[in-house]
Amino acid sequence: MSRIRMAIAGLLFLLGFRRAQRARRRIVPEGREDRRTETLVILLLGAAALCAAGFVAVYALDRIPRQTQFLGLSTGLSFACFAAASILVGKRLVAEEEIKGPYPTEHEPEQEEVVRIVEESKDTFTRRRLLGLAAGGAGAALSAAILAPVVSLGPFLDTDRLYVTPWRRGRRLVDDRGRPFRAADVETGTFYTAYPEGADPEQVGAPLVVVRLDPRALRLPDGREGWAPHGILAYSKVCTHAGCAVALYRTPLYEPTSPRPALVCPCHYSTFDPAAGGAVLFGPAGRPLPQLPLLVDGAGHLRAAGGFSGPVGPSWWGVRKK
Amino acid sequence: MIRGVVRYLDQRAGAAPLLRKALRYVFPDHWSFYLGEIALYAFLILVATGVYLTFFFEPSTAQTVYHGSYEPLRGQRMSEAYRSVVDLSLDRKAGLLIRQTHHWAADVFVVAIVLHLLRIFFTGAFRKPRQLTYYIGVTMLVLALLEGFLGYSLVDDLLSGMGLAIAYSVALSLPFFGANLALLLWGAPFPGDSSFFPRMYIVHVLILPLLIGGLLALHLTLIVARKHTQFRAGPGREERTVVGLPAFPGYAPRTIGLAFAVAAVLFLLGGLVQVNPIWEWGPFHVAEATNGAQPDWYLGWLIGGLRLVPNWDWTIGDYTLVPNPFWGGVAFPLVVFALLYAWPSLERRVTGDDRVHNLLDRPRDHPWRTAIGAALLTWVALVFLFGAADRLYASFGISYPAQLWVFRVAVWVLPVLVLVVARRVCLGLQERERIEHDRERAEREGELEPAR
Repeated sequence: MSRIRMAIAGLLFLLGFRRAQRARRRIVPEGREDRRTETLVILLLGAAALCAAGFVAVYALDRIPRQTQFLGLSTGLSFACFAAASILVGKRLVAEEEIKGPYPTEHEPEQEEVVRIVEESKDTFTRRRLLGLAAGGAGAALSAAILAPVVSLGPFLDTDRLYVTPWRRGRRLVDDRGRPFRAADVETGTFYTAYPEGADPEQVGAPLVVVRLDPRALRLPDGREGWAPHGILAYSKVCTHAGCAVALYRTPLYEPTSPRPALVCPCHYSTFDPAAGGAVLFGPAGRPLPQLPLLVDGAGHLRAAGGFSGPVGPSWWGVRKK
Repeated sequence: MIRGVVRYLDQRAGAAPLLRKALRYVFPDHWSFYLGEIALYAFLILVATGVYLTFFFEPSTAQTVYHGSYEPLRGQRMSEAYRSVVDLSLDRKAGLLIRQTHHWAADVFVVAIVLHLLRIFFTGAFRKPRQLTYYIGVTMLVLALLEGFLGYSLVDDLLSGMGLAIAYSVALSLPFFGANLALLLWGAPFPGDSSFFPRMYIVHVLILPLLIGGLLALHLTLIVARKHTQFRAGPGREERTVVGLPAFPGYAPRTIGLAFAVAAVLFLLGGLVQVNPIWEWGPFHVAEATNGAQPDWYLGWLIGGLRLVPNWDWTIGDYTLVPNPFWGGVAFPLVVFALLYAWPSLERRVTGDDRVHNLLDRPRDHPWRTAIGAALLTWVALVFLFGAADRLYASFGISYPAQLWVFRVAVWVLPVLVLVVARRVCLGLQERERIEHDRERAEREGELEPAR
């Protein structure tokens, strides 16, 4: 009797089990178990934790040298261990599967309905074009109004201030410590950077490059006689191409390749001839380097004898070359 | 526990249907599809490290005197911006690590975007219905370039200051309104007034990240909405059916692993490989410039352009119309990006192909596209290479003017050559496949003895 009951119980159990199985068909397919990879993943995660702890240790202990390197190493290695663990999980532990799906297509019925909704809504409006123009015009006006304060960002109407420099007749040349230049101290074969005395040195119109050449070698343009007392020349130090400082001075070492001293800009290699009024010898600059006329005052110091020969700094639309 | 969380989310946010779909979203799998993800993870690291940096950076050009631990700079006048970065790098624990990681992440970010763009281009993934995704991607590239430039210019060191002067001259060179625009942006003639640096700062930490982030979200949403493209090779792959890994559990560990790997590489670089040691350059001064200066790599094509263009300053009488920097600094990148933006429409118009494409081409399957793309890439790469001509001169003694003339010719001749060769290679590869295919079919049908 109990055996029959046990058999019926067993049968019922099996039936229920099979029904439950059918109701719960797997979504994610069965994969293979891989305890070795699991162990490896656990070890990697442990290593990641150790590296992270190492980071904190290095951070806390000042006496560990090369902090940046060790901090980077510990963080990087910790992340690397996490990465390795993750990738191992993805490649070996997770069930391999390839699934398919449809690429989405257009939704023509909904497109049609959207168009109809908009079209049918227009029915109540009689003067559609006029209303549209009014809305568009008002919107444009409001947008322009909202954007108007942008003009306060800068003096964008006053482009004439691009011509302004602190140099005028009588201004003394000083070095970066404020000491004036004595004409007798300016030597050939090297160049000096000069600033206007009493003015802000950090503007495009301020710095000069001062060189001394043999007066007989000068071929300055007409109208610049007397601009270079004793062969001392001053040019704007800001390149007329793209505004870098003309900080290289090529004094000739080998006659065939570099026949004359030249001021060279390190950015795009515009090369200017100091003996010929800053004319462009090479490179993309479109305007010559502006020259500043010099005079030597009663105390032997160098002073400006006037303004520059042309606008200082990179060119802009409509800049006058003189 | 999982059941509890899922029920919580579904009861309060109706999330279960979305989760059900999302978990089994189909990801076609190919190594080249990970390039975009590398860019994404680099961006996340940029934001994370960037937030840290904002807690230490002072976006001000107010002058101060250095009193930190770096001896050569002690007593020197510099801006607060520069001082704050030197202090963070040399006198703050982990400061240099985070700063260098941030810088490397920016470099890797742009590399990944460019490689991803090349993959998209050469496989034709930009075609209908994914043109919008493509336009958003190209826009993100432009924004990433700008963002990187602003980021390293904020430091106010000598090298980046020179770069800002050049950017100013490029702005000035725009026809009609160049001077107006430059004065508007800088607030005064270069180096600008005291509002310029705070302006650059807010664009770099708020406006551009929000723009890039928003476009990124849109980009990813569009990809998900249209499903990712896939290569033809493989059973069941066709224009109507996508085959691949499910998001969960198949794809998730891989992409998470990639995220960690990107983080690992960036932090290792940030800690072990020096980049932009600004304390060696010194602070920026208008009267100073240094030789061998280069922008960050992703702007190398622009410095090449600026150096390569002959000294045309278009003038009428005494007036300058178009200053020289316009050609290398504006026209050149404009042409490149105009071509990139226009390409999907151009291709559609020329080939007359307006169908939906969910399958990718291999480069050989579309010889003209591959050839023209290779030629354009060669053009940009040559200009980029010339940007390093001064280094080539310094390292190998090759005369700079000689390089200039060689490159001025090569920049036009070599791309044409590459165009012809690339097309030939594609056609040749196609022909070889056709022959193989015919041979196999003949063998199968018994017409041909299999080769022994």
